[in-house]
Amino acid sequence: MSKVLIVADHFQGKLQGSTGRTVACAKELNPESIDVLVLSNDSGDLAAAAAKLDGVSKVLTADRAENEHPMAAIFAPQIAAAAEAGSYSHVLGPNTTFGKDLMPRVAAKLGVLMITDIMAVHGDYEFDRPIYAGNAVITVEAPSDQILVGSVRCASYSAVEEGGDDAAVEAIELSAEIPTHTRFVGVQSGSSDRPDLQSAPKVVSGGRGVGSEENFKVIYSFADKIGAAVGASRAAVDSGFVPNDMQVGQTGKIIAPELYMCFGISGAIQHLAGIKDAGTIVAVNKDEEAPIFEVADYGLVGDLFKVLPELEEAVSK
Amino acid sequence: MKVLVGVKRAIDYNVRIQLKSDGSGVVHDGVKHSMNPFDEIAVEQAMQWQEAGTADEIVAVTIGGVAALEQLRSALAFGCDRGIHIKVDEDVQPLTAARAFKELVEKEKPDVFLMGKQAIDDDNNQTGQMTSALLEWPQATFASKIELGDGTAKVTREVDSGLETIEVDLPAVITVDLRLNEPRYLKLPNIMKAKKKPVDEMSLDDLGVERAKNLTTKQTSPPPEREAGIKVESAEELVAKLKDKGLL
Ligand SMILES: Cc1cc2nc3c(=O)[nH]c(=O)nc-3n(C[C@H](O)[C@H](O)[C@H](O)COP(=O)(O)OP(=O)(O)OC[C@H]3O[C@@H](n4cnc5c(N)ncnc54)[C@H](O)[C@@H]3O)c2cc1C
Ligand SMILES: Nc1ncnc2c1ncn2[C@@H]1O[C@H](COP(=O)(O)O)[C@@H](O)[C@H]1O
Repeated sequence: MSKVLIVADHFQGKLQGSTGRTVACAKELNPESIDVLVLSNDSGDLAAAAAKLDGVSKVLTADRAENEHPMAAIFAPQIAAAAEAGSYSHVLGPNTTFGKDLMPRVAAKLGVLMITDIMAVHGDYEFDRPIYAGNAVITVEAPSDQILVGSVRCASYSAVEEGGDDAAVEAIELSAEIPTHTRFVGVQSGSSDRPDLQSAPKVVSGGRGVGSEENFKVIYSFADKIGAAVGASRAAVDSGFVPNDMQVGQTGKIIAPELYMCFGISGAIQHLAGIKDAGTIVAVNKDEEAPIFEVADYGLVGDLFKVLPELEEAVSK
Repeated sequence: MKVLVGVKRAIDYNVRIQLKSDGSGVVHDGVKHSMNPFDEIAVEQAMQWQEAGTADEIVAVTIGGVAALEQLRSALAFGCDRGIHIKVDEDVQPLTAARAFKELVEKEKPDVFLMGKQAIDDDNNQTGQMTSALLEWPQATFASKIELGDGTAKVTREVDSGLETIEVDLPAVITVDLRLNEPRYLKLPNIMKAKKKPVDEMSLDDLGVERAKNLTTKQTSPPPEREAGIKVESAEELVAKLKDKGLL
């Protein structure tokens, strides 16, 4: 029977939804137990939030000042120590930038390979993962005589429920050497009151066709009207219309909203890689040949600047 | 400063990959291959340091079969001083690649090891992190800005929440993201000149690399198809359809 350790993903004192999604993936292993490790300088609220996740057996904390900011070089030796001390068979994290940075370092510390972007579980050591920007899926088998380290493709899982009985929270001592060669300087986040792109049920995105930062307000306006998060193509980010954290795609965020509406986006494979799991895709593009129409459930050929106000009006009716 | 740059050969990002009908993998024969786009960005960064006089030697390294020499030569054409071809005819997965890079680093002693954040074939996003872990070096992944200081690098990283800045001591592994720079175009005379630049060839055994256990691929399948839907004629019709489905 497998015993799973999950690394909690948190940012500015909040447990990220990706942690609940990682637990959902771990549950498919039918494990004996799922423990969540919260590394922080002050784990109180985070541990309490993790304890509420359905399926979690135990929450482990190891508070120390160095854990104030999540940094791979500082977290990895502690996670490797926890994995070995607790005889875990699997160590999982989310495929958010936090997990992408961290999990390979954990694996290398443990001297084992890693599976990136687990999208389906077939057995304790058999999984599906995407390659080539999601244009192929491989079924891989990992050796069963070593710890399996993996990152979970969050768009493939819905977060587990919260509530029920709280799991126990246990403070542990980890004997790990913490390096001093990596120092946190700061984080600049384009925080907004809009829903979070990675968990919102509705997302409205704009691409190069929007034309400028100024013009992007038509996208925001419609998104606010329907309560959607806002995303963008790489071209829109590169052109400086919007900040980098809004990029959707192979190298940006992989999302799975119920409704994805994109305006002025051509539909390059790298962009499509980010929206393959969307429920319904709507595309508005003035070029009827745009590849986005090959995957859109509803396509409308037209000028986005004309269509968006009409949509706003039609929604209000 | 001495810089090592990892360069991987991969199917060109513009190609729509084809799968073999028996599920045994992706078709490579007759398909255009290029340098992994992230590695081009890493090479461009190294060139900018060379031009600014910050870097005095730039060494490009690839692990791959005979064909990988083509991408190594491209790196030399961009301006790297010399190349190292770790020649293999087996599938080298990230942990084994990282072990090879560790051995190489111990011989070459670079101050910075630049790599791409991910190779767009397997989309693993592991090798840089694993290499720095084995070396017990700092890592700065997904870099969109690198400022070198005195024995340190201040790196701005593209993360889900925005932009994070960390400072690392050198030597370090830095993996680059798309917005770090825009790689230059290769000029023909440089491609000719690159043919004369030195390339060392070695094997994993020459480096004394112990192979890590590999993942075995049992099946390669197409992703679930999305079917093209319908075209609507107006904003009103679109909203009506979405309201019908309970999406608005
Ligand atoms: C390694 C790599 C990774 C990448 N990762 C990503 C990624 O993560 N995400 C991503 O998005 N891209 C990524 N890309 C880039 C990708 O290949 C495309 O270049 C990008 O997605 C194009 O963005 P776009 O659709 O906004 O722009 P374009 O392709 O230029 O399309 C603009 C579209 O807008 C339409 N348009 C223009 N004006 C109007 C108007 N007034 N009304 C309606 N329609 C209009 C045009 O008809 C056109 O179809 C990556 C590329 C590489 C090489
Ligand atoms: N076989 C290889 N040869 C040279 N560099 C590699 C190789 N494999 C990985 N790398 C480097 O590591 C980065 C990340 O690769 P990956 O972990 O496979 O996504 C790439 O962008 C390269 O810079």
